[in-house]
Amino acid sequence: MSVQGGRVGRRLVVAVPYLWLLLFFLVPFVIVLKISFSEVRLAMPPYAPLLEWTGDRLAAIRINFENYSYLFTDPLYVSAYLYSLKVAAVSTVLCLLIGYPMAYAIARAPGTWRSVLLMLVILPFWTSFLLRVYAWIGLLRNNGLINNALMALGIIDEPITMMQTDFAVYVGIVYAYLPFMILPLYANLEKHDPMLLEAAADLGARPITAFLRITLPLSVPGIVAGSLLVFIPAVGEFVIPSLLGGADQLMIGRVLWDEFFSNRDWPVASAVAIVMLLLLVVPIMLFQRFERRELEERA
Amino acid sequence: MKRSGWFSRTALILGLGFLYVPIMSMIVYSFNNSRLVTVWDSANSPTLRWYFELFRNEQILSAAWLSIKVAALAATGAVVLGTLAGVALARFGPFRGRTLLSGLATAPLVMPEVITGLSLLLLFVALEQAIGWPQGRGMLTITLAHITFTMAYVTVVVQSRLTGFDDSLEEAAMDLGARPATVFFRITLPLIAPAIISGWLLAFTLSWDDLVIAQFVAGPGSSTLPMVIFSKVRLGVSPDVNALATIMVLIVAIGVVVAALLMRRRERRREREVQAATAANL
Repeated sequence: MSVQGGRVGRRLVVAVPYLWLLLFFLVPFVIVLKISFSEVRLAMPPYAPLLEWTGDRLAAIRINFENYSYLFTDPLYVSAYLYSLKVAAVSTVLCLLIGYPMAYAIARAPGTWRSVLLMLVILPFWTSFLLRVYAWIGLLRNNGLINNALMALGIIDEPITMMQTDFAVYVGIVYAYLPFMILPLYANLEKHDPMLLEAAADLGARPITAFLRITLPLSVPGIVAGSLLVFIPAVGEFVIPSLLGGADQLMIGRVLWDEFFSNRDWPVASAVAIVMLLLLVVPIMLFQRFERRELEERA
Repeated sequence: MKRSGWFSRTALILGLGFLYVPIMSMIVYSFNNSRLVTVWDSANSPTLRWYFELFRNEQILSAAWLSIKVAALAATGAVVLGTLAGVALARFGPFRGRTLLSGLATAPLVMPEVITGLSLLLLFVALEQAIGWPQGRGMLTITLAHITFTMAYVTVVVQSRLTGFDDSLEEAAMDLGARPATVFFRITLPLIAPAIISGWLLAFTLSWDDLVIAQFVAGPGSSTLPMVIFSKVRLGVSPDVNALATIMVLIVAIGVVVAALLMRRRERRREREVQAATAANL
């Protein structure tokens, strides 16, 4: 329904954010795509133009697929992509396994407790992501808190190496992204009608049956939303693997970073970004469909 | 239902422990005198030594100041653009390009930061080549980048607040002859004020926290606080970072508690007003 705005005002309200997003969000991707097809060059900016005037009104278009063929022939990149997908998928499942019971408990808690518990989940999200990841270095190091505690208790004699392992990366990602899983799950679980479970109990269903046949199917939208919110950014994660992970197996976000900052190879970095984007297109579109449906349901 | 409750309750307690133990350990060790972060120097601790060192650290102080300026500007810009987008998406019905706008508005929520950072940097470089603006990279480019990725959050918050209300109030005002701008400032804006405030705070926090995007679009000589922290902790643990973390956690905790209390008071007052109004009508 068109309530707000005269015609000009309405157009302006749409046009301003629209133009901003086109210029600063859509156009940049086109540029990344363009540069991913160009050659690296020792200059500033360090890439060759695709379209070059060769004098006499002749232009040469140089499209160069080498950056992409490079990505698929050098095993470093393929294994980095696969490793990132694996890490993101496993972390998503771990977040779900830890986050679901937490969201469930909060949704079932008495009213006054509920807002306090919810605040406790949200609070870490408001404090620096970088510092929360950094905190794990102090815990996981060989002479860190966990090893010191285990040795003091006599459980182990020698420190367990946890830093710069897959384990540390998983701990970091699950830790940092857990609130993103809990919040959509809570928003979903909180809406469930308790009468459904009571009816199931009256009809003789055991709690576990009622959970599996009522609560779990009803919470699928929350599960999907939370999983996508964890999975998609985790694939491109840079900070966590570079602070906690080892150097032998790189995640693709770190590969992109190194190509750009250490090798100064902007075209290859762009190609890495484009392939990552292609891998994520389907999950991103799924996420947007869910967001839209969620909002329409509320309307 | 009650019997199955113990499992999820235990999970909740363990989960909250998992969320808070690392934060607590930073706070405790920020008062430790030893430079070896995990060795507790019980003879000389607790101490405020690292807090004093922190406030003498010029690099950290100037980076923090830059981060505050960028975050405040970015949050303000994001609130303006995000509110416009949210109002358009929630209230304007179908219009040409709506699907693209809603797609563009929510994609930055999940877009990996390395991609956003790289693409914005390439844009700034291309723009500078083509039209000479923005000249070089620094505070301006960081702010523009932060507006872009934080406005998505504001859009979603404003849009979902608005879809929570039907537009009968706005229609009534229009029927009574109010001009569209008046309707917006007198009715829509007060309705979405809580969303705008939380959107601003969210955008500020996200900008203040961002390392990856800032690192891509910052120029030499413009380091934000996360950039300085990252280059410090990459070399190993340093106790003054613990002190910094403690201060930041404290500010956020106070802010969140105060916000929650204010919101609860507001809700209570509204409930009382609604009750009074219905009582008067009877």
